[in-house]
Amino acid sequence: MSRLEVKLPGQAQAVVEQLYRNMERRIAASPPGLCPVDMALNFVTLCQAQTCGKCVPCRIGLTQIANMLREVLDGEPDISILRLIETTAQVIVETADCAIGIDAGQLVLMSMKGFRDDYEEHILHHRCLGSLKNPVPCVALCPAGVDIPGYISLVSEGRCADAVRLIRKDNPFPTACAYICEHPCEARCRRNMVDDALNIRGLKRYAVDNAGNVPQPKCAEPTGKSVAIVGGGPGGLSAAYYLALMGHKVTVFEKQKKLGGMMRYGIPSYRFPREKLDAEIDSILSLGIEVHTGVNVGTDITFNQLKKEYDCIYLSIGAHTDKKTGIEGENSQGVISAVEMLRHIGNDDMPDFTGQNVAVIGGGNVAMDCTRSAIRLGANKVTCVYRRRQEDMTAQNEEVEGAIAEGAEVLTLHAPLRIEADETGKAVALWAQPQIIGEVDRQGRPRPNSANVQPLRIPADTIIVAIGQGIESHGFEQAGIKIQRGGNVAANTSTQIPDLEGVFAGGDCVTGPATVIRAIAAGKAAAANIDEYLGFNHEIKVDVDVPTPRCTDLRPRGRVESTEREACERRCDFDCIECGMTDEEATQEASRCLRCDHFGYGIFKGGRVEKW
Amino acid sequence: MVNFIIDGHALSAPKGTTILTAAENAGIPIPHLCYLKDINEIAACRMCMVEVEGTERLVPACNTEVLEGMVIRTSSPRIREARKTNLRLILSQHNSNCTTCVRSGNCELQTLAHDMNIHYQPYTVQTERSRVDLAAPIVREASKCIKCMRCVQICDKVQNMNIWDVSGTGSRTTVDVSYNRFLKNTDCTFCGQCVTHCPTGALTVRDDTIRVLRALANPELITVVQVAPAVRAAWAEEFDLPTTQATTGRMVAAFKRMGFDYVFDTNFTADLTIMEEGSEFISRFTHRGKHRWPMFTSCCPAWVRFVKTQFPDYTENLSTAKSPQQMFGSVTKSYFAEKIGVSPKNIFVVSIMPCSAKKAECELPTMRNAYGDQDVDAVLTTREMCRLFKSDCIIPADLEEAEFDSPLGTGTGAAVIFGATGGVMDAALRSAYYLVTGKNPDPDAFAEIRSNKPWREASFNIPGAGTVHVAVVSGLGNARKLMEAIDTGTANYDFVEVMSCPGGCAGGGGQPIHEGKELADCRGKTLWDLDANAALRFSHENPDVQMLYREFLKKPLGEKAHHLLHTNHNDWNA
Repeated sequence: MSRLEVKLPGQAQAVVEQLYRNMERRIAASPPGLCPVDMALNFVTLCQAQTCGKCVPCRIGLTQIANMLREVLDGEPDISILRLIETTAQVIVETADCAIGIDAGQLVLMSMKGFRDDYEEHILHHRCLGSLKNPVPCVALCPAGVDIPGYISLVSEGRCADAVRLIRKDNPFPTACAYICEHPCEARCRRNMVDDALNIRGLKRYAVDNAGNVPQPKCAEPTGKSVAIVGGGPGGLSAAYYLALMGHKVTVFEKQKKLGGMMRYGIPSYRFPREKLDAEIDSILSLGIEVHTGVNVGTDITFNQLKKEYDCIYLSIGAHTDKKTGIEGENSQGVISAVEMLRHIGNDDMPDFTGQNVAVIGGGNVAMDCTRSAIRLGANKVTCVYRRRQEDMTAQNEEVEGAIAEGAEVLTLHAPLRIEADETGKAVALWAQPQIIGEVDRQGRPRPNSANVQPLRIPADTIIVAIGQGIESHGFEQAGIKIQRGGNVAANTSTQIPDLEGVFAGGDCVTGPATVIRAIAAGKAAAANIDEYLGFNHEIKVDVDVPTPRCTDLRPRGRVESTEREACERRCDFDCIECGMTDEEATQEASRCLRCDHFGYGIFKGGRVEKW
Repeated sequence: MVNFIIDGHALSAPKGTTILTAAENAGIPIPHLCYLKDINEIAACRMCMVEVEGTERLVPACNTEVLEGMVIRTSSPRIREARKTNLRLILSQHNSNCTTCVRSGNCELQTLAHDMNIHYQPYTVQTERSRVDLAAPIVREASKCIKCMRCVQICDKVQNMNIWDVSGTGSRTTVDVSYNRFLKNTDCTFCGQCVTHCPTGALTVRDDTIRVLRALANPELITVVQVAPAVRAAWAEEFDLPTTQATTGRMVAAFKRMGFDYVFDTNFTADLTIMEEGSEFISRFTHRGKHRWPMFTSCCPAWVRFVKTQFPDYTENLSTAKSPQQMFGSVTKSYFAEKIGVSPKNIFVVSIMPCSAKKAECELPTMRNAYGDQDVDAVLTTREMCRLFKSDCIIPADLEEAEFDSPLGTGTGAAVIFGATGGVMDAALRSAYYLVTGKNPDPDAFAEIRSNKPWREASFNIPGAGTVHVAVVSGLGNARKLMEAIDTGTANYDFVEVMSCPGGCAGGGGQPIHEGKELADCRGKTLWDLDANAALRFSHENPDVQMLYREFLKKPLGEKAHHLLHTNHNDWNA
């Protein structure tokens, strides 16, 4: 026996470590809809295996809780068992010796609070409220329900035009989404269980880049009904597209000079090239949609006038007003809002930041868009100031990393304090208070608190405020549209505005600033419900037959990541930074798709929604 | 065409053919359990796993398409191991009390386990707890369900009612009534197609034989049995009788052996139905403006329930005539009771039906006209009838043929075709023609509507009345399509016959079950042959029906007929 030994993991431990990683990926691939009580039981079972076995509440209490949860799932016990589970969990929280037990007890308490009706349903009616409404994870998580396995299989056969046609059945913006979608579809990709999620957006980009010009389908017989769309962003144009396909007469009113909404006035062209956006909008308009740009509904034409002239109205005005920080000096010259700056860029009216020091306040995608645009506009130094940590930013990680690579300073844990201006009223610096990361809030994000450190002065000629957008709903409120607290338009999930016949609303103006795909999904839902409201039941479908799946290859293989132009090159222009996949990459990546539309539950139910 | 090799045989098949179909066509059987051609090809049971060269894992034959150059093996030590293990896993969650299971001897799981030489079980058997609900005629025993999903698919894809669904998630996934309802609270029509397509005893039609045996044992009761047309075309399947011996006469003899006091024929009231429904149609047709169109037949109780729940605005379009089963009940407990001088309270009427929905029909509050009791006391399916015969050690082949009793035992060819899709329409047109013109048409004049197509239409001219546009449809999924077409105005008819089960009563939910076979057409043909060879082929020529009108009812649609033979479909809630 030696006095000390070097620690080396044993063979079993090494394999278990590997299995932990596999399990993490597996949890990531959990489809939505699983019975929460069953999941709670299985979490508790894992906790049970982790207990060190010393203290009573953790060792025995978790075992008893697992037993009771199993009984609940079998529908055997009396409803009073819920109180026993709760008491036991509470005692574990209060008396376990370490976090293994305490956290497990909290998990149980949280579950009892969060889905008590699921517990009750099992006990009282021996039934389960869980169900796999859509068994294809990517389709389930795509707000617009795009047939992802369908178009991936078309890409793998080189049928890119058919892939575009299939996507358009549910989303008229395949190109926009190919470039800038936040791809919620990839989050629970079942391929996670094998190696990694599919690069779905990358494959869509390959499809649109290689499809050529894909003509739009024919519109249905004219119905004689007219619909006014207020706001020509992704949501409004999606509604316009489907309503036009259904044979309705559609007119779009857009306040700005050009159509596109945030796709033009929010997203810079280095992420989504303008010519691609223009081509996609032209393709949609080819269905015969009437457009009035530069028209502000509320001043140029009243809402009530529209109501009189059209059978139906869809409000998709987005969220285009800026939010203020409320800090001292915010009105100084040189302080601009993100919305304002990006709007100028959208109208090709480029600000000149040559040689300037620029500070950007915020940690979302818009802040990153401003940061990276400022670099391209010639700034000497761009500092993005954010009060939490980098991992707490709402911006996509690749955006933050991209900005850093292009030379941006990301100054985290600094809360803007005040703006210092010179005697002419011109901003010269941003003062920020250093923060210390603190307790986790309800949403699970750690809250920053003022650190006991002196404020920092960040010299800045231009300060861009990118802390969120609001909705310009004033004119509509006067016309009788209910506005919720926070300024959002009140509309239900079927896009109807309560108590207002024939008026529908969706997108950012209802949800607050969100994503392009969510606006598209709202436009699609609105089109269906407006069609129904007008007394029709037009079906949107497409005659693309999806290839039959082959036996899939389940050997783990790396994910093909999209590549970008070199940082030092791309930081100098507004050209697209992302490079598309090669044929070789696309074929290999598409072959990783597990075809959940066929294998598993998909072949039985919900694998493919052929029409809506 | 693609070329491929199965077990060393070079074969070819059209593109898109599955390995299972290609193998079966070549005479190479592959075991399967959940598979139901065109309806359930979901590869759930994994019994049909085969080897494909160049593929690491085994693949399911039922939904993998053959490809050019594929080399397939359907048997190997690896395949044997896989099939056996999966079968043992299924059996580890199956209540294998086969001795008391109604499907014993006709169970796919039992057959497969036996054929695969499974005689020991290494796994702990843990069956799902059954909470049996006898409130409806369709009964589900969870412990016997193998989650093949056929019931869900039949109900969705064929009957389009979506009554069954997957319930729960994860390894607790099972089948239950959709949207967490109880069967009795749903729009279930009780057609029983889920039962006849269940591979095990998980779904059954409620057994009522004990009530019938009790009635037979009660000396106070006169037992009267009626046998529906479609039963005679199918019952012998359960006894493996050759066609020459599978006669209605032997079935009648078996009932007599069991001790029923009177053995009657639902054909009698099928003819009576034609008299009433045919007259009703003529009356509606000649007073067009007073009625909603088209007129629908009302003899299928699942269809009546379907209309009331899915298209309630069309309830008025249903003929007010009761079904033959219910007409039989009310005539027996009035006219016949009077004739034999017995109180209707002492008469126990049993129906033998190819149907499970008839069990619900006889319990309707509107079907107790004669004396406040149910007009029909118990309904047995064809399968229950066969079980009764077997339990009494009856060997039909050894029986002398016997005749139905009189007077409710006479039926014409027009009545026997009630059991086949299109039969009611054909019979009604034959008599309607007579009622209008006073002359019989050629009994085969309306043959245009006798085909296997699920939805067919025709127009016939009845001199003096005009052209009648008719349609015939079977299967509730097809019925829904037809109703939608009527509702949107794309289809216009005067008279429509609907049978809920594909192929009509011949393929009813109470008929003998044969795995993988749809026998409605073949049984229907037997019924059409019986019609073709019948001495009488017009309902209005049934001498005992004529006597019933003379002695008791007076005339079709008369006051007594209205009271006993018609119903108001609005008087009960579906």
